[in-house]
Amino acid sequence: MQSEILLRWIVLVPLLGAVVNGLLNRRLAKRVSGFIACAAIGVSFGLSVVVFLRLTGMDAEARVVNDILGTWLQIGGFHVDIGFAMDPLSAVMALVVTGVGFLIHIYSLGYMAHDDGFQRYFAYLNLFVFAMMTLVLGENLVMLFVGWEGVGLCSYLLIGFWFNDQANASAGKKAFIVNRIGDFGFLIGLFLIGANLLPHLAPGEGVFSFAILQHHAHLLAPAATGICLLLFLGATGKSAQIPLYIWLPDAMAGPTPVSALIHAATMVTAGVYMIARLNFLFVLSPTAMAVVAAVGAVTAIFAATIALTQNDIKKVLAYSTVSQLGYMMLACGVGAFTVGIFHLMTHAFFKALLFLGSGSVIHAMSNEQDMRVMGGLRSKLPVTYATFMTATLAIAGVFPLAGFFSKDEILWKAWESGNTVLWAIGFLAAGLTAFYMMRLVVLTFFGENRASSEVRSHIHESPATMTGPLVILAVLSVVGGWIGWPHFMGGGAWFENWLAPVFAVGEHGVAAHGAVAHHAADSTMEWTLAVVSVLWAVLGLILGWFVYYRRAAIADSFRKAGGGFVYRVLLNKYYVDEAYDAAFIRPGYRFSRQVLWKSVDAGLIDGLLVNGSALVVYLLGSVLRLFQNGMIRFYAWTFTIGVAVFVLYLSFSS
Amino acid sequence: MEITLTHYLVLAGLVFLTGMVGFVVRRNALVMLMCIELMLCAVNIVFAAFSRLHGDAGGHVFVLMNFAVAASEAAIGLAILVEIYRRRRTVNVDDLKTLME
Repeated sequence: MQSEILLRWIVLVPLLGAVVNGLLNRRLAKRVSGFIACAAIGVSFGLSVVVFLRLTGMDAEARVVNDILGTWLQIGGFHVDIGFAMDPLSAVMALVVTGVGFLIHIYSLGYMAHDDGFQRYFAYLNLFVFAMMTLVLGENLVMLFVGWEGVGLCSYLLIGFWFNDQANASAGKKAFIVNRIGDFGFLIGLFLIGANLLPHLAPGEGVFSFAILQHHAHLLAPAATGICLLLFLGATGKSAQIPLYIWLPDAMAGPTPVSALIHAATMVTAGVYMIARLNFLFVLSPTAMAVVAAVGAVTAIFAATIALTQNDIKKVLAYSTVSQLGYMMLACGVGAFTVGIFHLMTHAFFKALLFLGSGSVIHAMSNEQDMRVMGGLRSKLPVTYATFMTATLAIAGVFPLAGFFSKDEILWKAWESGNTVLWAIGFLAAGLTAFYMMRLVVLTFFGENRASSEVRSHIHESPATMTGPLVILAVLSVVGGWIGWPHFMGGGAWFENWLAPVFAVGEHGVAAHGAVAHHAADSTMEWTLAVVSVLWAVLGLILGWFVYYRRAAIADSFRKAGGGFVYRVLLNKYYVDEAYDAAFIRPGYRFSRQVLWKSVDAGLIDGLLVNGSALVVYLLGSVLRLFQNGMIRFYAWTFTIGVAVFVLYLSFSS
Repeated sequence: MEITLTHYLVLAGLVFLTGMVGFVVRRNALVMLMCIELMLCAVNIVFAAFSRLHGDAGGHVFVLMNFAVAASEAAIGLAILVEIYRRRRTVNVDDLKTLME
């Protein structure tokens, strides 16, 4: 079959799965339901691979497959197609989403086996993959936006999956509302693009089509800063950057495989994908790029420090995700879009693995998430431990695991951009990452088990449906980075070459703006930084191990340092939620209550408009009522007197 | 004594006044209907008088038409009254104010 036709089925097959599971719901046996869901994603993954292989057979410059299903909107010169396109960038994303998604579907079979909402869960999960594939394969920005909203919806549904618990439902709402703020910016950005570009286009040219946008990007140059900053606001919502990251840690209320798939591996990377996709636009505005880089760097270190103190195993991973997303943003901000996507991919492997591993731990610990009552699980959960450790080393950036290649490359690009502050922040955050990950591993897997004896007696390794994906992801976490083996180490940097056509304009654009201070002809500096960062990561790991395993007293002294102030601030996440509460929510609530409700609604609308008009009619009626009293003789009198007055008037007026 | 227009008009005025006062002060619906007839009658006298004065038959035509109107009005009014009396056992208009509320 032609690649064009295959493309739509990559997107539609998961939708089909979602519809079947969603409509039949409990009428399906769990085994059937799970099979349908996994098969749908499996087919989608298989088709992605097929199209990907066909892409590899094409000329580097012509690597794109389009599948236009039809015209969606045609209003005057405004034209939007329903269509999908796969180029090298989308191909990477599609493979990651369906590949990791497939593994997590398999894992979910085991994890959700005893849940009542099994079918509903898989319907949502399939729907999510459908939305995510629309997002990455959408041929234009509007399709991307449809997917963008779709994944937001699925995220909401899955965070609040166990909606019987008020806290979960609230977490879902928080995610949805915070994302709305970002989407607001995104939408305004879209409008601006349309308004600026539409007058220059020939009829029938899709204004939001990526190809058209790229071709006419120079026309947007005057408005680029505004557009890019608004789009970036959308990205901060979806990709959990400062200031809109607050929903992601709360999103851990959902089932753990969901955290792995949506809130670590795929959906939260949508913002990074969007910026990389629009690289030709972002490079037009050095200001916007600088903002992206700065926000990314600050988020990276900010979230890493919070992760140091959290006690909930999933919260640590959540802040770790925020921090790693910051790295990706940093990479995009310094113009290294390829590396941002590279880190996105490797991160999808090891972070999905970390979450699934934590899911396995939580499963074993009878749904306990607090690390303070874990410990000593190494011998009880050998597979989980081994894979978890692999992922930890990978995220810390130990050579030659996946995380090393991408993270080191990001730090190198930050250094190369000439902004050593960005590099220093990223470097510091890398050390913190290694440290808090080791803390997590030690608290969970080493030492004595601190759980109650009842929980302890139930600890067991997870079934094969769960450990299988763990092992596969662990392999990917090791070898996944090798496709980006850099030149200076004698590698082919295949990943970079693969994406080069997509980012040709973007990365060239940064060079043209002079953001790249110098091209390192010799690789000495690169070698030095790589070695330093590996040593730094190892140091972080050793310190973490030493402090939390060997000398717990040191950890205590950390807590008490500065009168316990630092620890308290970190434990309470810098009081950001409280600050937002005081700055936005309470004033908003007060404004709604005092002004909108009590003044505008109760006073103006109810009082003046509704009751006021009623009062006028009432008063008028009470006067008129006097005349309509049912007394015929009164009517007769009035009538007579009226006629008399009228006659007298006529007599005297002439 | 010659009977002039003035006599006719005075007579018509008196008849009309009788009807009007009767209509206003009496409570019996039957009497009120009769008073209406009186007022119509007064108007007919005026029509006839002026018709004679101007030698124009138009006034007579109006009188004839008024007969028809008065007859139908009396027939309908009486029919309603009879029906009201059957239901309420009264034709006192002060008691007939159900429509007020």
